[in-house]
Amino acid sequence: MSIVNDAKQLAQGLVENVVSTAVALAPDSWIPGGVPDPLIAHRHGHVGKPISRVDGALKVSGAAPFAAEIPVDGVVFASLVYSTIARGRIASLDTRQAEAAPGVIAVMTYQNAPRMKSPPAFLSAPKAAGGDDAPVMQDDKVRWNGEPIAVVLAHSQEQADHAKSLVHASYESEAALTDFAEARARGSKTGLFMGHALHDEIGDADAAFGESAVTIDSHFTTPRHNHNAIELHSVTANWTGDKLRLHDASQLVAHTSWSIAQMFGMPEENVVVTSPFVGGGFGGKCLWQHQILAAAAARLVNRPVRLTLSREGVYRMVGGRTLTEQRVALGANAEGALKALIHTGTVAKTARNALPEPFILPARSAYASETMKLDVQTVELDMLSNTFMRAPGESVGTFGLECAMDELAAKLGMDPIELRLRNEPEKDPLSGLPFSSRNLAEAWRSGAERFGWSRRKPTPRATRDGEWLVGVGCATATYPYYRMPGGAARITLSADGHATVEIAAHEMGMGTATAHTQVVADRLGLPLDAVTFLYGDSTMPGVVLAGGSQQTASIGASVTAAHRALVARLIEIAGNDSPLAGLSPDQVGGRDAGLSHLEEPGRHETYASILSRSRRESITVEANAPDPLETMHWSMHSHGAMFCEVRVNTITGEPRVSRFLGSFDCGRILNPKTATSQFRGGIIMGLGLALMEETQFDERNGRIMNPSLAEYHVPVHMDVPDIEVMWTDIPDPHAPMGARGIGEIGITGTGAAIANAIYNATGKRVRDLPITLDKLM
Amino acid sequence: MNLFTYARATSAADAASKFQPAAKFLGGGTNLVDLMRETIERPTALVDVTGLSSAIAEGPQGGLLIGAAARNTKVAEDTLVRTRYPALSRAIVSGASAQIRNMATVGGNLLQRTRCTYFYDDEGSSCNKRQPGQGCDAIDGFNRNHAVLGASSSCVAVHPSDMCVALAAFDAVVHIQRDGQELKIPFGDVHRLPGDRPDLDTTLHPADLIVAVELPPLSFSARSTYRKVRDRASYAFALVSVAAALDIKDGKIADVRLALGGVAHKPWRASKAEAMLRGGPATEDAFRAAAAAELADAEPLSHNGFKIELARRAIVAVLVELAGVEA
Amino acid sequence: MITINGTGVPLPDDLRVTLLDLLRDGLNLSGTKKGCNQGACGACTVLVDGERVISCLALAVQYEGRSIVTIEGLGTAGSLHPLQQAFIDHDGFQCGYCTPGQICSAVGMMDEIRRGVPSHVTEDLASTTLTLSRDEARERMSGNLCRCGAHNGIIDAIFDARQEAAE
Ligand SMILES: Cc1cc2nc3c(=O)[nH]c(=O)nc-3n(C[C@H](O)[C@H](O)[C@H](O)COP(=O)(O)OP(=O)(O)OC[C@H]3O[C@@H](n4cnc5c(N)ncnc54)[C@H](O)[C@@H]3O)c2cc1C
Ligand code: FES
Ligand code: FES
Repeated sequence: MSIVNDAKQLAQGLVENVVSTAVALAPDSWIPGGVPDPLIAHRHGHVGKPISRVDGALKVSGAAPFAAEIPVDGVVFASLVYSTIARGRIASLDTRQAEAAPGVIAVMTYQNAPRMKSPPAFLSAPKAAGGDDAPVMQDDKVRWNGEPIAVVLAHSQEQADHAKSLVHASYESEAALTDFAEARARGSKTGLFMGHALHDEIGDADAAFGESAVTIDSHFTTPRHNHNAIELHSVTANWTGDKLRLHDASQLVAHTSWSIAQMFGMPEENVVVTSPFVGGGFGGKCLWQHQILAAAAARLVNRPVRLTLSREGVYRMVGGRTLTEQRVALGANAEGALKALIHTGTVAKTARNALPEPFILPARSAYASETMKLDVQTVELDMLSNTFMRAPGESVGTFGLECAMDELAAKLGMDPIELRLRNEPEKDPLSGLPFSSRNLAEAWRSGAERFGWSRRKPTPRATRDGEWLVGVGCATATYPYYRMPGGAARITLSADGHATVEIAAHEMGMGTATAHTQVVADRLGLPLDAVTFLYGDSTMPGVVLAGGSQQTASIGASVTAAHRALVARLIEIAGNDSPLAGLSPDQVGGRDAGLSHLEEPGRHETYASILSRSRRESITVEANAPDPLETMHWSMHSHGAMFCEVRVNTITGEPRVSRFLGSFDCGRILNPKTATSQFRGGIIMGLGLALMEETQFDERNGRIMNPSLAEYHVPVHMDVPDIEVMWTDIPDPHAPMGARGIGEIGITGTGAAIANAIYNATGKRVRDLPITLDKLM
Repeated sequence: MNLFTYARATSAADAASKFQPAAKFLGGGTNLVDLMRETIERPTALVDVTGLSSAIAEGPQGGLLIGAAARNTKVAEDTLVRTRYPALSRAIVSGASAQIRNMATVGGNLLQRTRCTYFYDDEGSSCNKRQPGQGCDAIDGFNRNHAVLGASSSCVAVHPSDMCVALAAFDAVVHIQRDGQELKIPFGDVHRLPGDRPDLDTTLHPADLIVAVELPPLSFSARSTYRKVRDRASYAFALVSVAAALDIKDGKIADVRLALGGVAHKPWRASKAEAMLRGGPATEDAFRAAAAAELADAEPLSHNGFKIELARRAIVAVLVELAGVEA
Repeated sequence: MITINGTGVPLPDDLRVTLLDLLRDGLNLSGTKKGCNQGACGACTVLVDGERVISCLALAVQYEGRSIVTIEGLGTAGSLHPLQQAFIDHDGFQCGYCTPGQICSAVGMMDEIRRGVPSHVTEDLASTTLTLSRDEARERMSGNLCRCGAHNGIIDAIFDARQEAAE
């Protein structure tokens, strides 16, 4: 606890300092952890309006260029050969037949690949992007079943794909550990996540559990998952001299640029990564071997190389979510007050990555339990490194925790919402920090009313409709607010009053470009069409990860900082002839395409006028976002109340979700239209997690057996009911724009809400995902 | 995918003349092209037979004759099919996606190969169907989708087609051209059980061309339906499916046709159950007993035991529906 | 020759080239997407003589003499097809990658409805006049996966555009 306290004190001290100096500087901006973003008070601007996507017309007409679609002269096509053993070495690799095949330019293997350092693994350095740190085609070692062992380069994709089947490899296998139970039997280690042990305790939870009046002690399992963005991973690598350009599908362009530069031993600015459109990411579009292999191959053959993974290839070499085994033990008194909350379990990872699926994160701040014990154990398997997938930790952690809460409610004979409200914490149970804004009770109340929760029949199997049993269930959704250091933005204001914002951020469908066009327009007092938001290019400022639902906050804080610089610069150049003469930056705000005195709006000058008087075509400012001190000062989390109705067929066991409602408390919603889609998208992925998704990992040899969208089931239209979403829209005073992220929360709680509804329908508790019909027959 | 030659056949005779060793007939390509890409099929010549007869016409004895090139959608939407053989229409529209059904032909659907994931993994898994003698990784692997009836120690794969289950129930007759002759093969004799030759899906010879499928007349074929149970609400292969037709006279089962999908290496005609039902009462108990008898010899693998009970239940449910009796 | 969006295009020399790769790599008509190359996602859906098919399992050579319409042939960013506009209005996409396939598929579906082609959820097989319920639309669009989860918006867009067409 002392670390937490120290950090808190440090953070408070820093915040106080920053607040005292910077607040005076610029009231029309947001200070991390201090003054609420003034945009929160702007209720009549563009923010909060259901604006259609700025890139909509491009996308619906097929004109938006994705990574594989950017024409590059003289490009050659690559196809990969994958290992078929889990561990050992390549004994022989015969590429002669492939090399002789029509159209083949070269075959790259560990024997002729350019020498490179290993990729810096994500979280090992601020800009590290690697899915793991295994050497990339540098030696004869095989580390997982499916590791790339050769790259075939040819004039056409057809030629490359055919020639790849002519590469013949033989192996010397070594004993591989691919069986989870066996690995666990050999012993586990406490997981380390972002440098901290995934272990928390308050009091003696085991003792409190033993003494509790009512207890639940349940085990849950969740399988491996794949992101399955519909766009296949694709990259085109093009060297000009010692400069490398990658057209990538990426959710971290700046990280990728730095990481690849490290590997090839070149300056970061010599690696340009662009990614203007990304066909879905969900954590899967980071740096894996394909970008590196494409860059290496392009160097080898001295031509641009396009490497588009096959769907099988995505499964073989881009990590997914790992499996978890969880125990949730809850002890409560007869009134339902939690006395003990124990959430422990084991996950699989590899020796090469740093992501133990942190399924205890939700339990950390969910309930006011007197005692708590949270622990994630890890075992290391010989497999493809697992990685982040939408709400890592929370998505599967809420399944265990929120199912157990439902079990406890049933045992107590209490309404499950009531049980949750009874255990609402007043401050963060572990850190003791105050919540920045927590209105979960309001989300529950309004959601329950809209859903018609009061009509629920608490006894299972009480509602039948022909062949179908009908039930309802609920669960809490939760996801933290994050903001990572490194945000920065550039604003260029031109004499015609047009503002262009540049930031190395990403648009994977979250609506980033649209929402931030709205935000920038409001901040600068411009119409929407006077704002251009540019992103997806590593030469732009900022180190921004589109992940952890933090991109909005990161961009928001960066633009705020750049805006502050812009205002100061404008006042400076406005000079004494301006109506703004004599005002300090903190006295003005953006309004009507110019700057205005905050108290006397009549004292106003347009940007065009300021620039033309100073005879400038444009001015450009750039600034860094302040460090994310707010997250050290407050416990910042989004929440949701998830409601679900399911139908389970009494003959076949088929489960179907017939109704779903998510009631969210995520701070201010910047664009209700795109936000609705984000929430629904998360919920639908949660539906998949609950009912059908599983990456089949054959524990005999570590091979993924369903590397196909036909055999890995994601929800289809017929699985998806009309999903209603609503939100409190209560701004978080400590987040930029008052908005916490919304990208991941939808997948959290959903699995549990569905499982709990299935219990209500059938009386069956299914604790291992996915809940397929055989478990319900 | 290896290189191949391509020729379009304008008639059955033309198709035969263009066929050469290691050639394959090409229908919609929705299975063959996929398998060629996976290097599981490596034909050196393709003879496109989509230009052959796709007509759907009254058959010789009052049934229907469907050209092998008829697209799945065309069959499902055909008025004669949907009114006279509704189970066939329903089976087709429960399979794949609308796009695939627009491409897939009757001939190709019949000869589509298993979706066993070990069969599909040419590079990394053993499969006796792909390479006889190699071994079967599915038997002790992921076998949830695999066979519970008629499997062998060398193969536990299932035939994936929905359409074929209805054709099996209707005693369809497959018209093929072999060595310039037209042969008529009863549907039940086309697909085979794996035994020790799982590499052979059917009894047909490589050069055999399917020219048509005949649906013989069946007085009660209009009282037929198809039920498919799967892991998603749509666009997934069957775990278990049932095609059935039922004729009830004076409260007794005058006649019945019953076939199962998703349970065996071939569309499974439930002859035992049919025999038990014929002449008996149309009651749920009778249906249950017949279903139990049909599955008495079923053998589960590690993950697919549920299919046995699921098949029993699905049979009962379908018969109950057709009989119009209270469940 | 194959006619693509009204223009005659020669067949590829390499017989292995699929209709999808001909469009994307050969003709730079990259509006048609590749999501699996396995026939399993529908992102590559195009219209062949008005019928929707997946172009990834279609060998281009098989389509000689046929007329193909891709997303680029339905409408352009400057002059959108009503369904494209409806997708924007109802936020029927997020990343936009499955979108061209969804739109082509929906166009093909409307024609199937007009023709009376039954679906898995059609109750009365004997009737050849169909009404497009939400379940009918969902079932018929199930061959088009969307991982972003834009399903509700897609179905809304289809209904909206149909409404407009009716008026
Ligand atoms: C993602 C996906 C999901 C699917 N889901 C389902 C499902 O749920 N249910 C289902 O039933 N099916 C399903 N299918 C399979 C689909 O029905 C088959 O691929 C299709 O029916 C094959 O028909 P085709 O004309 O395209 O055959 P092709 O691929 O052209 O040919 C298949 C085989 O038939 C042979 N052949 C074709 N025509 C003739 C002929 N006239 N004479 C002799 N040989 C011939 C070919 O040589 C080849 O060996 C699915 C397919 C995919 C890709
Ligand atoms: S790319 Fe054709 S169906 Fe997926
Ligand atoms: S919009 Fe991204 S996959 Fe559908």
